[in-house]
Amino acid sequence: MSKRSWPFLLGGLLVALLLAGVVSNYASAHPDGLDSSLLKGCTVNADDEITGGSCPAQQAKDHELADSPLADYGVRGVRNGFLSTGLSGVLGVLLTFALGGGLFWLARRRGPATAPAGADPTIAGPGDATAGVTTADPTATGPGEPPAGDETHAARATRAGTR
Amino acid sequence: MHISNGIIDGPVAAIFAALALAALTLCVLRGRRDLDDRLAPMAGLVAAFIFAVQMLNFPIFTAGVSGHLLGGALAALLVGPWVGALCVAVVLVVQALVFGDGGVAMLGLNITNMALLGTAAAYLLIALLLRVLRRTPAGLAVTAFVSALLSVVVASQGFVLQYWLGGTTDLGGNLAGLAGTMAGVHLLIGIGEGLITATTVVTVAKVRPDLVYALRALKPAAPAPAVPVAGGAR
Repeated sequence: MSKRSWPFLLGGLLVALLLAGVVSNYASAHPDGLDSSLLKGCTVNADDEITGGSCPAQQAKDHELADSPLADYGVRGVRNGFLSTGLSGVLGVLLTFALGGGLFWLARRRGPATAPAGADPTIAGPGDATAGVTTADPTATGPGEPPAGDETHAARATRAGTR
Repeated sequence: MHISNGIIDGPVAAIFAALALAALTLCVLRGRRDLDDRLAPMAGLVAAFIFAVQMLNFPIFTAGVSGHLLGGALAALLVGPWVGALCVAVVLVVQALVFGDGGVAMLGLNITNMALLGTAAAYLLIALLLRVLRRTPAGLAVTAFVSALLSVVVASQGFVLQYWLGGTTDLGGNLAGLAGTMAGVHLLIGIGEGLITATTVVTVAKVRPDLVYALRALKPAAPAPAVPVAGGAR
């Protein structure tokens, strides 16, 4: 349980980069389920542009940031379509990982302590009389040691299961 | 399933923006209990992975229509419902603000459907199915497939509700028609969602079962022995 996660993270990120950077070029360009549902009543040409009729999709307006350098999953200025899509995908994956990972890292619980007295009593379940056991151990308050965190995880889960 | 600008009127979009903001705040508060040093980077990876797979529109049997992963079930299985909803929301924000996908004014509507409804519906089903089914790769795959498929249909009906409240085209009382079309198309898209979700989660469970939140959090009825016995006979 105390295995490090970074090889997994790196591997996962690599898969995501490959999917967004390469495989994305083979994605279907047809409208998705919602857009196609809103086209009901209209006729469209081979490029899925409305050629006639009347349908909800006709009310669609331009995107606020349609001029963004990465709008519509392409990099402005890159002429090669394959490269443009792939590059935008790679940038998107990195940006999403940085933004998401960064925000989650900032919002995370600090240290291995499951409940420094009074901080959040509901973590171990309200009225859990044994919750004090984990915090009574002064060694458990050291800086983020994964094994300690895992032990309290397991201990808590076991208690929850037996109650 | 991203709503473009102009499809839903401003006031309804604003109401759902407020609703989504309140729900995401709750997700942060509850999600912090799950977010430790190990889950935080994993959640970042889940968001990045969902972004990547959302780019991969796959054709469905109906000609001229495609679908893509929403990711609510995948996120709920890997990082739990609260953090999972936040993962999908991060993806939707990046798509709207950087890639021009899904109107910025429509962000609250899109977050409600895909991040909140999709993830919530998925996790309810996951919690139910993981208690009923056996914890084999097959059991996990069925859980992932069914919860993912149905979560897509639920999310599609979220849009129908929003269209009923603030759609910019008068459907002439034919809301049921839209509901039926959306449900039918998204049942097919849901098959793709289910296959992708099941494949991904079963793969992760084989490599690192400890990184699958649903397997950690949803314990089977009989608790595992707390202390492994050295050289145990069984």
